[in-house]
Amino acid sequence: MAKKRKGVRKSLIAVFFAIVIAIGVMITVTAEEQVDDISLGLDLQGGFEVLYEVQPLDEEEDREIDRELLTDTVSALNARIDVLGVSEPSINIEGEDRIRVQLAGVDDQEQARELLSTQARLEFRDVNDELMMDGSDLVEGGARQNFHGETNEPIVSVTVDDATLFEDITREISSRPPEERQLVIWLDYEEGDSFEEEAMKEDSKIVSAPRVDEVIPSRDVMISGNFTVESASDLAGILNAGALPVELEELSLNSVGAQLGERSMELAVNAGIVGIALIFAYMLFYYRFMGAVAVVTLSAYIYMVLVIFNWLNAVLTLPGIAALILGVGMAVDANIITFERIKDELRSGRSVMSAFKAGSRRSLSTILDANITTILAAAVLFYFGTSAVQGFAVMLIVSILTSFLTAVFGARLLLGLWVNSRALNKKPRLFGVKESDISEI
Amino acid sequence: MKFNPETSKLDFIKHRKKFFAFSGAFLLTGIILLFTIGLNLGIDFESGTTVDVLADEEITAAEIDQQFAEIGYEPDDIMLAGENNEIGRASFIGGLDQEESLEIQSHFEDIYGSTPNVSTITPIVGEELAQNAVISVLIATVGIIIYVTFRFEFLYGVAAIVALFHDALFILTVFAVTQMEVNIPFIAAVLTIVGYSINDTIVTFDRIRENMRLEKVVNTFEDISRVVNKSLVQTLARSINTVLTVVFAAGALLLLGGEGLRVFSFALVVGLVAGTYSSLFIAAQLWAVLKSKQIARRLRREELKAKEEAEPENA
Repeated sequence: MAKKRKGVRKSLIAVFFAIVIAIGVMITVTAEEQVDDISLGLDLQGGFEVLYEVQPLDEEEDREIDRELLTDTVSALNARIDVLGVSEPSINIEGEDRIRVQLAGVDDQEQARELLSTQARLEFRDVNDELMMDGSDLVEGGARQNFHGETNEPIVSVTVDDATLFEDITREISSRPPEERQLVIWLDYEEGDSFEEEAMKEDSKIVSAPRVDEVIPSRDVMISGNFTVESASDLAGILNAGALPVELEELSLNSVGAQLGERSMELAVNAGIVGIALIFAYMLFYYRFMGAVAVVTLSAYIYMVLVIFNWLNAVLTLPGIAALILGVGMAVDANIITFERIKDELRSGRSVMSAFKAGSRRSLSTILDANITTILAAAVLFYFGTSAVQGFAVMLIVSILTSFLTAVFGARLLLGLWVNSRALNKKPRLFGVKESDISEI
Repeated sequence: MKFNPETSKLDFIKHRKKFFAFSGAFLLTGIILLFTIGLNLGIDFESGTTVDVLADEEITAAEIDQQFAEIGYEPDDIMLAGENNEIGRASFIGGLDQEESLEIQSHFEDIYGSTPNVSTITPIVGEELAQNAVISVLIATVGIIIYVTFRFEFLYGVAAIVALFHDALFILTVFAVTQMEVNIPFIAAVLTIVGYSINDTIVTFDRIRENMRLEKVVNTFEDISRVVNKSLVQTLARSINTVLTVVFAAGALLLLGGEGLRVFSFALVVGLVAGTYSSLFIAAQLWAVLKSKQIARRLRREELKAKEEAEPENA
C-alpha cells in the first residue's frame, strides 16, 4: 500500500446519504398510494370464485364445446357481471371446457351466484307445458324494470317482436276451458319440468303464471312476480344481457366472507412485518455496516416489488403475500453471498477497497446461476399452474428480478460510495471481521 | 460465526454414509407411509364442502353443531381454529349444492354478523392441480439439468436433482408422519422448496467448481473430498445465515400468519430445513462419490490405453 495518506472523500458519503434520504422520502410519500392501488384477491377482501364446467344445452346435446362457444359464454357472463356492478371481475377459460369466475368484493354473494348460473331462458308455456313463445320472440334488449299500473308493484316488462304474436297467444288461451286459462312464464325450463309439479315448489323456476281471460292486443308483456325493485331490475338486466349458450355446472366454489378475508390479510401482513423486522435486525447484528446497506436496499426492494406488481395489474392473494415475504429471503441471500465474499477477501488480507471489488465480482456469477435456476422453476410453475399457484409464481419471478436490481446493483452502488470515499479503510470491524482473523501476507 | 477453512476440523465427507443412510431410511419410511396410510388429504382433494364460521367470541363445536341442526344440517366434522377458538370449520363430505350453501351462509350471517366462507370442490380439481404440479416439477427438472450441465457439468446436475427430490419427498414424509391436512397451498409450498433447494445447492456447487479449478491434480477420492470439504466450510456461514433469514420470514408466517397460511408455512419451514440439510450433507457428498467414480474410470481407461500402446513394442 502506498504510504501517501489520502483524505476521506466526503462528497461520496454525501451522495450516499442523498440517495438514502431520497429513497426514504419516496417510500414514505408514495407507499400508501401504492398499497391502496393494489388489487386484492378475493381471499383477502372477500368475494367468491366459481369453477364451472361447460355443458351443451339439453336440446343440442351433440354440440361440441369449442373455443368459440367458450368465448361466447365468457362474453355473456361478462355482460351479466356488468349488471351486478362488480368492478374488475376475472373470467378465465381453463382447459377444454371450464370457466373460472372470480368476483371480489361482492356484497350479496347469494344473489350473484344465482344470477351468474341462470341461463336466463325466458319461456311462455301453457298449463300443459306446451311452448307458446320464448326469448327469441322478444325485442332484443327490450326488458325493463317497471311498476304495475294499479298495484304499484315492481314488475319486469318485455316487448314482443311480432305485433300480433302475443295477441294470438292470448286469444288461444282465453278460448280454452277456464282451468286452463293460464300463461306460465318460466325461467330456465328444462325437459321434464312440469307446471303442476313446479308450481308446488317453494323456489320454483316459474316467474309467474297470470290468468288470461281475454285477448290482450298489445306488444308489451308485463311480468309480475314476487319482485323487489332490485330483483326486478336484475332480471331485466340479465334478460337484456342475453341467454347463456350453454349450461354451467358448478365444479367448485370458494367463497370468502369479507370479515374473514380482512382478518387473514391483517394476520399475514403483521406476520410479514415481524419476519422482515427480524431479518433486518439479524443483518445489522451480523454484518454491521454492510447490514445497514442491506436494510436500505431491502426496503427499496419491497417498495419496488409493490410498484411493479401494480404495473402488472396483478392480483395480490394470500400465497402472493407469502411469495413476497419469501422474496425478501431470496434478496437477503444475494446480499449474504456478496457480504460473505467480501469478508473472505478481507480475512485473506486484502484492503477494504480491493476486497469490495473482488467480493462483488466473484459473487455475481454465483448469484446469477442460483437465481436463473430458481426463475426456471418459477416459470414452469407459472406455465403449468392454475390461478393461485400462478399468482405465487408471478410474485416469485418479480421478486427475483427485482432483488437482482436492488441486492446486487443497489447494494454495490451504496457500499461502493462508502468504500471509495476511503472512510472505511482499515476498519474491517465495521464489516464484522476481527483484526485477529486477518491472515498476514 | 466464523469458519476458517484452514483450521476448521469440520469434516462433511467422513460421515457421508451416515447422512446417506439417515436420509435413505427416512425417505423409505416416507415412501412406505405414502403408499400405505397416505397423506391426510384435505377437502381440496376430496369431494365435499367446508364452511368456515367466524364468530365474535369463543365458540364451541357443540354450539356450531346446534346452529347447523337448527336449519337441518349435520356436519361430518367440526374443527375449531383461531387464537380464541372464534373460527369454526364444518366439513360436509359429499358436498352441498348451491342452495344449501346459500342457506347456511345467510343463517350464520344472521347469527354472527359475518358471512361464512364456503368452499365446495370436486376432487378432480385438486387432483389435476397435484398432477400438474408433478408434471411441472419433472419438466423443470429437465430444464435445470440442461442448464447446470451447460454452466457446470452433468454430474452437478444429477446431484442437484437428487437433492431436489430429497427435499420434496422430505416434506411429503413429514406430512405423512404427522398426518397434517394437505391442501392446495401445500402444493405451492412444495414447489417453492423445489426452487429454494436448487438455489441453495447451486451456491455450494459454484464454490466447489471454483475450488476445483484451483487444484492442480485431482485424482483420488481424498483429493475430491478435500476440495468439497473446503468449499462447504467456506460457504457454511452463508448457508446458515440464508436459511436463518428465510426461516425468520417463514416462521413468522407460521406463528402469526393465521389459519389460512398454517399448512403452507409449516411445509415451507420443514422444506427450508431439509433444503439446507441436503445442500450441506447430501448433494456435495453425492457429487464427490460420483465424480471420484468418473475419475477412476477415466484413469483405468488411460491405463489400459497406455498398456495397449506399450504391448506391441514388447511383442
